Amino acid sequence: MQPNLLVRLTVNGEPAEAYFAPYKTLLEVLREDLALTGTKHGCELGECGACAVLVDGEPQLSCLLLAVECEGRAVETVEGLARGAALHPLQSAFADLGAAQCGYCTPGILMTAKALLEHEKNPTRDRIKEAISGNLCRCTGYLQIFEAIEEAARRLRDENPR
Amino acid sequence: MKILGKPRRRVDGRAKVTGQTRFADDIVLPRMLHMKLLRSPHPHAHIKEINTEKARSHPGVHLVLTGKDFPVTFGILPVTQDEYPLAPEIVRYVGDPVAAVVAKDEQTATEALDLIAVSYQILPTISSPQEALDNPEPRIHAYSELGNIHRLQAFEFGDVESSLEKSDFVFEDLFFYEGNTHLPIEQHAAVAAMDGEGKLTLWSSTQVPHYVHRSLARVLQIPASHIRVVATPNGGGFGGKCDVCNHEMAVAKATMLLGRPVKICLNREEVFYLHRGRHPVLMKYRTGVTKDGKLTGMHLQTLVDGGGYGSYGVASTFYTGALQTVTYELPRYKFDAARVFTNKPPCGPKRGHGTPQPRFGQEIQLDKIAEKLGIDPAELRLKNMLKPNSITANWLKVSTIGLAECIRQVVERSNFKSRYKKLPNGKGLGLACGAYLCGAGLPIYWNKMPQSAVQLLLDRSGQVTAFCGAIEIGQGSDDVLAAIIAEVLGIDPFEIRCVTGDTGMTPVDLGSYSSRVTVMMGNAAIDASQKVKTMIANAAAEHLEVSPDRLQFENGRVFFENKSLAFAEAVGLAEEKFGTIGAVGSYKPPRGPGRYKGAGVGPSPAYSYTACVVEAEVDEKTGWITVPKIWIAHDIGRTINPVLARGQVEGSVYMGLSEALMEEQVFRRLPPKLSGALVHKIPSMLEYKSLTSLDMPEIDTMLVEDPDPNCPFGAKEVGQGPLLPVMPAVANAIYDAVGVRIDELPITPDKVLSALKKKKNGEEARVGPTHFPPVPYPDPVIVPPPWEGGDGNAAKGFDKPRISPEKRKASSSKI
Repeated sequence: MQPNLLVRLTVNGEPAEAYFAPYKTLLEVLREDLALTGTKHGCELGECGACAVLVDGEPQLSCLLLAVECEGRAVETVEGLARGAALHPLQSAFADLGAAQCGYCTPGILMTAKALLEHEKNPTRDRIKEAISGNLCRCTGYLQIFEAIEEAARRLRDENPR
Repeated sequence: MKILGKPRRRVDGRAKVTGQTRFADDIVLPRMLHMKLLRSPHPHAHIKEINTEKARSHPGVHLVLTGKDFPVTFGILPVTQDEYPLAPEIVRYVGDPVAAVVAKDEQTATEALDLIAVSYQILPTISSPQEALDNPEPRIHAYSELGNIHRLQAFEFGDVESSLEKSDFVFEDLFFYEGNTHLPIEQHAAVAAMDGEGKLTLWSSTQVPHYVHRSLARVLQIPASHIRVVATPNGGGFGGKCDVCNHEMAVAKATMLLGRPVKICLNREEVFYLHRGRHPVLMKYRTGVTKDGKLTGMHLQTLVDGGGYGSYGVASTFYTGALQTVTYELPRYKFDAARVFTNKPPCGPKRGHGTPQPRFGQEIQLDKIAEKLGIDPAELRLKNMLKPNSITANWLKVSTIGLAECIRQVVERSNFKSRYKKLPNGKGLGLACGAYLCGAGLPIYWNKMPQSAVQLLLDRSGQVTAFCGAIEIGQGSDDVLAAIIAEVLGIDPFEIRCVTGDTGMTPVDLGSYSSRVTVMMGNAAIDASQKVKTMIANAAAEHLEVSPDRLQFENGRVFFENKSLAFAEAVGLAEEKFGTIGAVGSYKPPRGPGRYKGAGVGPSPAYSYTACVVEAEVDEKTGWITVPKIWIAHDIGRTINPVLARGQVEGSVYMGLSEALMEEQVFRRLPPKLSGALVHKIPSMLEYKSLTSLDMPEIDTMLVEDPDPNCPFGAKEVGQGPLLPVMPAVANAIYDAVGVRIDELPITPDKVLSALKKKKNGEEARVGPTHFPPVPYPDPVIVPPPWEGGDGNAAKGFDKPRISPEKRKASSSKI
């Protein structure tokens, strides 16, 4: 048995440290060591996208990333998405427009969509489809998710008109 | 309507977008241990010995369980209690659990699984219905009805043969629907713990906490009153969490032995093994029709591949034949079915439970009939449509039918009349319809008690708490509960706190299956809400000095003209007058008119209807199918929340299209030198293909409102029915596009290419089953239809299916 490792990283803008077995994935460390169970797992093989989080702003499958690789990096999860008590426009649009049914794939899709909207203020429907094509959802048939991302983009543009 | 019919954020929406919805695997308890199951690598074997010594002494291991620890069987249906939590003697599919390890963490438990030595004696495996029919021995289960045929069913409602003889045409068609699985994104998980009083609590991702509760009492042999089952919100169900599962029993037992919380979470591969998904079904339809297109009678035979255990199979098999009569008028109907055991993961209910398979065949056959007779496919369906308020040949009572309007809307919106058969080669339109239950009329175990109940607790703050056993699986059951109560009491749905799916806290609801929740829970909610409303109205009326029946409840106020009270004040007055305000409401469906044995599957308080048009494009060089657009109209009775209703329709279309084009749970034999065993071909999400965001067509969803008197505010189901017409509509669209019939699912490019090649060579342009094996169906139960002097009972002397001694002998001597 290899000894535990100490890793320091930033999680949702706050410094965090975790002491864990070296084989653990970022997903496992987030859920088990940092008690951030908002990030979900659907396969732990990189197939479903439920575990997507942002690492240094880019969507990553946390089940395929060893936590030791995250030393010094900035991780964002669904728990950090809201602005205090106020929902992020993506969250409110998802809740209002039926984009979350069971809600299990939702955190991964929200984070993937956040990265998309940070790069592109007004993505086309095709760009949205492409961006979330690695996130499987079995409930919605995706259309209400596309609409919610479009609506969130609108709300974000209204917040920061340029 | 103040609340119903208006688009709203669902009451649990915020939790779902903030990651706060607590799924089973999100539960972490102090001192919690972790369980993993050792599963059989063989599809059929005798367990000679299990040595767990090394695993027990592995550091960090707390407990190892085997079949010896579980003497009692379980099963979801009372007639098929055929599973052990851990197999003691025989394993029947790859993945059948044989041992469980509890350790300090998942990693240690997984390591210890490798230290368990199981000595297996390999038994011959049965991979298909044909092999099951050919090999009555060795039997997968000793209790099966005939050889490896688990169950035989046969019913005749009127003399179908004579109807077919007199028909202008008889269409005989074979269809095959491959099995597929639910693939919920959340893998099944359960956490068990003993509470301070020494009683057991199980949190589980289950759609049926009530049945899990009953099964735990049976298997663990402790009083049901000492067990509490909490259904955590399911991360997708689709029927995959409707069965009682091995891991739920095992984790509960471990907690009882160790006195510590224990968690188990299945990995994705294990979810494929647990399965309980869509049964593969081979079908033979013989349907008579007059030259002007009226159906005269139908004889349907189904051969159902059940996998290794009973699960819901007896009911699933009935459902392959129960609902043929509720869409189109069938003056006479005959139905034979057989479910066989095979050494594969057990099949069970998936969205549409047993009915998508025959619906696929029925709607393609209608397309063939329409073409042969030169009748428009929409007109053919309208001509044969069942009339509202009918009793069918098999004694199902049908109330409202909104199908004509559904057909009219999809035909109009898709420009079907001007585009069908007129699109350029490679493009086509296909139409199909469907019908589904709004809740199974009978409970799974026989009883006369309510099938759903709602308890309300109100207090002077205006707070309303609703307790109900119904389970939130993503479909929005909490939202339906809150909306209906809010509509009656005139308050905002967000004012209501829902406590649901907890056998220790809530009155019984049988579960989130058979599309029963809106109708049954909804009716119970109205019952309870009306009772508290009456009390509040009486108290408020005294205060306002008006007659209670003149009071209106709206927008959080109780009022008549300019005399008005806030809802909370009115509740306070009621509390003063009557004491603490609460009420229970319950619901039991009306009994169906069928009285024959077997009439229990099919009755429902109401039926929903759907019509669908699919546009397909087929690349004749590659066989690749693209579906750019789908129009779908669903007879919903009344819409409770259009945002969620549309989500259910689109989710059904997605799942139906995915089944039509790619989903299949298939198996292969290892080469003989590697044992020749039957293994799962693709137990992973990557290889089990399903549609992604890139594959989704545009969907035009129409909700047709024709309120049904048996339903709460008229609201029917919407979670399953809209899936049904999608698969046959795809097949019919492909025929319109390139003139080939693909009579089996999934419709993959290679099948299309193969059919196109046949077409080019002048052969029958069709891919599908060509042979229906001889099945020793019994002589049927004979039940005269209502219009032939029947009273719902079987004819005297013909009330049981009878297998002739010759058939019995013939099918048990083949080895």
